Amino acid sequence: MSAVVTEDHRTESADTRPAEGPREGAFGNAVALSCRECGHRVGLGPFYACPECFGPLEVAYEFPAITREQIEAGPRNIWRYQALLPVPTDIESSPNTEPGFTRLLKADNLGRELGIENLWVKDDSTNPTNSFKDRVVACALSAARELGSKVFACPSTGNLANAVAAAGARAGIKTVVFIPSNLEQPKQVNSAIFTENLVAVDGNYDDVNKLASEIAGEEDGWAFVNVNVRPYYAEGSKTLGYEIAEQLGWRLPDQIVIPVASGSQLTKVDKAFQELIRLGLVEDKPYRVFGAQAEGCGPVATAFKADTDAIRPVKPDTIAKSLAIGNPADGIYVLDIARRTGGAVEEVTDEEIRAGIVQLARTEGIFTETAGGTTVAVTKKLVEAGVLDPTLETVVINTGHGLKTLDAVSGHVSAAATIAPSYTAFKATGI
Amino acid sequence: MSVSVRIPTILRTYTGGDSEVTAEGSNLAEVLDDLDAKFAGIKGRILDEDGKLRRFVNVYVGNDDVRFQDELATPTPDGTEISVIPAVAGGC
Repeated sequence: MSAVVTEDHRTESADTRPAEGPREGAFGNAVALSCRECGHRVGLGPFYACPECFGPLEVAYEFPAITREQIEAGPRNIWRYQALLPVPTDIESSPNTEPGFTRLLKADNLGRELGIENLWVKDDSTNPTNSFKDRVVACALSAARELGSKVFACPSTGNLANAVAAAGARAGIKTVVFIPSNLEQPKQVNSAIFTENLVAVDGNYDDVNKLASEIAGEEDGWAFVNVNVRPYYAEGSKTLGYEIAEQLGWRLPDQIVIPVASGSQLTKVDKAFQELIRLGLVEDKPYRVFGAQAEGCGPVATAFKADTDAIRPVKPDTIAKSLAIGNPADGIYVLDIARRTGGAVEEVTDEEIRAGIVQLARTEGIFTETAGGTTVAVTKKLVEAGVLDPTLETVVINTGHGLKTLDAVSGHVSAAATIAPSYTAFKATGI
Repeated sequence: MSVSVRIPTILRTYTGGDSEVTAEGSNLAEVLDDLDAKFAGIKGRILDEDGKLRRFVNVYVGNDDVRFQDELATPTPDGTEISVIPAVAGGC
């Protein structure tokens, strides 16, 4: 599939659909891909970078009137928001993992410890493969189908690989998942169980990513979820924002804390809130967006605190592997949103991340992965610094389950005592 | 010094569809100048108006991202493979 190209080599913007393109309505109410950087538009197709400036392409829509009742009558998964996503109206008839509509928990115990009066946790660890990635992958799978892709693929170190392999299995499409060869064995098993095509690459995540981009440029019919179908994939994160608003009773929270790797999730939650306001589905009110990073990979936090737009890439060194994107593509937009909404971007140490994981587990019974530990720890730090207002309603996002990152906390929590099987021995522990 | 340059899909309209081309130069800046002499306009897609690498493009000399090397002054020894790749994001 290719877009029309003009004599000066630029992709023609008038044609919003490739010549031999997908069926009518394949992408729902989406009408084009628009460059977030320069506004240049290209047709809906397997494109992800602007032909003018290499900027990220984003799905643009023409929404009809949409009511709360229409959404509430939908399924209890992300497809209740079909009209707001780049997917067809018959999306439910195609096998997929049906992610989303995860629980929004009132976190009073954690709130008391952090000193926040009204705290909620959006717990995405209960998705089909236990992370928010099921949301984005479901949207990427729909795009892959509609574009006629034969192979569903990704480079990943964990959550994404699990979600792609599982969704592909359910959909009956060939999956190929690329991982760094030094990835821990349990993480390899989590993906290999769903696919026979797990490819271990001798190199780090950046090397795997680079290889994926090269393969996407050479092989026809391959849909790399976070490469050539990324615009559609990324839209899946909007459903986190829609659900939070709906579960709060169709209103926006005052404050929200979101982990930042590439920055995609934070920008999409903000996009979701803006769309809900524009469609009249929630009241237009101020909200503050906070980003959470690890000190071992905090280029956006560093730029925010230096009050600059210049994000200097870093070589990641943190236990929060799912946040270890040294050159975050959406970082500049995270800065814009944090500044526009009166939020902030903060970073915490690996020790604080571990403490955040334990604190959430022991106050709310939620075992989070390192990204969630980062978010909790950053929330604590922002309250202590007087940046986050503890009197305002606040939502913290937990992106995935702690069983995925056991290595981060194993050795830091363990049996309190090892005793003989006698009552006397038990009493001696003082428990 | 002759090097090979891998061209991303969106720039292949400049190279007649070729995914890999050869160029001359002892560092990345010289290689890009030579590329532009052969495929007019391609440099302007990789560098911005100030002559710096565009924010959303990554260039690798060998397997190394030039942002961690000497940017446009990164040496390009004979036989080196250079890759031009749109920035790809992952994680949250």
